Amino acid sequence: MRIVAVGLLAGLLAGCATTSGPKPVAASAPPPAALQGGSPEAEGEVKSTYHAWPGVPTVVSNVTIYDGKGGRIDGGAVRFEKGKVTAIGASVPTDGATVIDGTGKWVTPGIIDIHSHLGDYPAPGVPAHSDGNEVTSPVRPEVWAIHSVWPQDPNFSRALAGGVTVLHVLPGSANLFGGRGVTLKNVYGRTAQDMMMPDAPWTLKMACGENPKRVYGSRNQMPGTRMGNVAMMRQTWANARDYQQRMKAAKGPQKRDLQMETLAGVLDGKILVQNHCYRADEMANVIQLSKEFGYKVTAFHHAVEGYKIADLLRDNGICAAMWADWWGFKLESYDGIEENLPFFHASGGCAITHSDDADGIQRLNQETAKALSDGRKWGLQIRDEEAWTWIAINPAKALGIADKVGSLEPGKQADVVLWNGNPLSVYSRPEKVWIDGALMYDSNDPKRRPVSDFELGQPGEGDRK
Amino acid sequence: MRKILFALLMATSVPALAQERIAITGGKIITNNGAPIEGGTVLLNDGVVIGVSPGVSVPAGFTQVDATGKWVTPGVIAGLSQIGTAEIAGNSSTNDLSARRSPGTAALDLDVALNPAETSIPVTRQEGVTAAIVGPAPGRTLFAGQGFVLSLGEGVTAPLRSRAFQYVSYGERGSELAGGSRPAAWNELTNALEEAQRSMRGRKGERDLSQDPRLTPEDAEALTLVLRSAQPLLVRVDRASDIRQVLKLPRMYPGLRLVLVSANEGWLVADEIARAGVPVITLGMQNRPENFEYLGATMSNVGRMAAAGVKVALGTPDLDASFQPRNLPHYAGNMVAQARLPGGVGLTWDQAFASITKTPAEIFGLAGQGVLKQGARADVVIWSGDPLELSTQTEKVFIRGVPQNLESRQTRLARRYLPGRDRTQLPEAYTR
Repeated sequence: MRIVAVGLLAGLLAGCATTSGPKPVAASAPPPAALQGGSPEAEGEVKSTYHAWPGVPTVVSNVTIYDGKGGRIDGGAVRFEKGKVTAIGASVPTDGATVIDGTGKWVTPGIIDIHSHLGDYPAPGVPAHSDGNEVTSPVRPEVWAIHSVWPQDPNFSRALAGGVTVLHVLPGSANLFGGRGVTLKNVYGRTAQDMMMPDAPWTLKMACGENPKRVYGSRNQMPGTRMGNVAMMRQTWANARDYQQRMKAAKGPQKRDLQMETLAGVLDGKILVQNHCYRADEMANVIQLSKEFGYKVTAFHHAVEGYKIADLLRDNGICAAMWADWWGFKLESYDGIEENLPFFHASGGCAITHSDDADGIQRLNQETAKALSDGRKWGLQIRDEEAWTWIAINPAKALGIADKVGSLEPGKQADVVLWNGNPLSVYSRPEKVWIDGALMYDSNDPKRRPVSDFELGQPGEGDRK
Repeated sequence: MRKILFALLMATSVPALAQERIAITGGKIITNNGAPIEGGTVLLNDGVVIGVSPGVSVPAGFTQVDATGKWVTPGVIAGLSQIGTAEIAGNSSTNDLSARRSPGTAALDLDVALNPAETSIPVTRQEGVTAAIVGPAPGRTLFAGQGFVLSLGEGVTAPLRSRAFQYVSYGERGSELAGGSRPAAWNELTNALEEAQRSMRGRKGERDLSQDPRLTPEDAEALTLVLRSAQPLLVRVDRASDIRQVLKLPRMYPGLRLVLVSANEGWLVADEIARAGVPVITLGMQNRPENFEYLGATMSNVGRMAAAGVKVALGTPDLDASFQPRNLPHYAGNMVAQARLPGGVGLTWDQAFASITKTPAEIFGLAGQGVLKQGARADVVIWSGDPLELSTQTEKVFIRGVPQNLESRQTRLARRYLPGRDRTQLPEAYTR
């Protein structure tokens, strides 16, 4: 799909057919070949060291299941072992498995937050921890969020207690080109690489609107206006196209340009653009310029005015990651409405509930429930299990990991949440959270609740729910 | 001084809207004054609740509003908020919460900023919030100034109560504003109160400007209200040791009515807060060590303080998109959920609902608010179901007995951009 979108410039891109398959290149792809004159493959230089922790074959039965892709099973069961879901249905084989009776409870796939700054703006939020915006130039595609992620951020444990199993950590929005985002499994490690989800594509954070023009305009630098934002994006993409073509034509090793490597990765369809943008008109501007330069915006983030142009985004195959009800904190969020998610969904769009917030990430189920209710107020018929796609398969699609997570299906990673009630109720909480089949959180067992190094020996240590 | 007292007396305003005699029948009535009444009747007349009774009975001359299957409750009161004083937080021309470059501090009256046309008022009202405590943020010093009580009723042009409290930031923020340390903050706070005491005794001449050149005579005079129990002193404070320090204030100044704001580590000193008889207004949702002054933050904070006997109301101390006053019922619901978690301490449903209705009314002495009983102010909400639940919507809101329009700028935008709308004839700009 990503390649279809660059069809406009297919002639110019013909030379990169071998590197532009629709599936992202795995993190383990060998870099040397790619460095030989083609598009450089820095991807291989940051490797995931994540591994699943031990689990046992497990069956959760007699539960209501929201499968994450819009389906629901009442009185159903799910089985997982060796880190993968192996069966789901009205009943599943129980041989050799620990069976958990989930009567009165719910099971969902783990929540995926497509927009987080955990680790790169960790708690405590003191200046020494402010690692999310490389505010030294509006064009910083060479920085990678993974290199700011502090794996001891106490916030990861709170998100886990809220059922979040996968989160996408992005650079901030001060820059037009903010740098690469990284997809993490929400499992504490000693290094950020220990948390990296294997084989998840890299992403590029971009931003339009008030933030870049304010940050740089106030320094009397470009961009100082919205038109400045767009002009600078276009010039940067033009440079990237030149670079891409030069590299394809080049013989032998070339001097590396880390900025251009990321941008060329986008033009090659391997790096997914996650674009911060609030207003409808600005999203339209970005869509046009993406076509001019032959790349695809995978998702607009915040998209506070997504409801105004849901058809445009739908027709261009672009998801919108939105808050349930944030509005009015700055002028470009003034037209925020509580119905953004349900209206976008009802218009046939790929709607995603995101947090962008260390508090909101703990309650993405509640944010989704609120928005769902606000949609129903207008008579929209959206089922509970359908709304769950906003925090399951839809963010998985927009992160290029829908083949691995985002729904409960045989063969997918066993990121599973058992809720103590309907997860769309304010009164419900995760009871157990498994990641890759390992029990990483259990509300009944304090030993299955992580405490980061930072909180060890502090007031209230282990008091984390 | 007489001027101030006059203002306090005259500050209540009654909207000049038509009063109706209304009988709300058949609903589950939460009175905050005893057990819920299933299928009862609430009578509203002349802005006042004149009866709450079991069974359905509609006296002659009353318009019946059928609430069968619905919940009927007192309106939500935001224990602390910024409603009506900051249209767009990030746009300084519309944000009146703080004044970094003003010589005045404690004397500032936030009610001067009240803009009845602010869009957040209908946006918040439509979710069942009928009144709010509105407070400033500190600007030049740790004294932020005086806040007010707002009725969110249509047509309201003045606060329900002006100069309802004085607001001070202690802890990290206060220290920074006082010059860089907690001792400096404590010094500034107590110096100002001493100065107010001198001002109250009419001995202004004794003021030692070298002690605190930043306190104007007007600020000192404003603080006499705090010392004379004419308004409570709200102190924002989080760290357990800072709370202990602030709890000394009522012992030092016997007329001072202290209310703690935020108190994210309150659970560590809950017994001391309870013994001091000091109430707390807090978000309740802060469970992360976002600042060093609340490394002990936990979702059990509210529950533990309440269990120790502290009176706790919920509010939104910061203007923050993450936590909006219109969602206070959900935060109360989260307190109930916390009680159901193994090892968690939260609130019962009744306590939780009181924390967004009756308790803030009690803390600010808003007689007849936050409850449904004879003589209570007729701020009443009819909900589609449990008001703390995410799927619940408001169906009708009455403020002083007047049915409120539940439209807002947001519902107008939603209607204009409904999915499936016809785009063939005219642009959206022609849809109103």
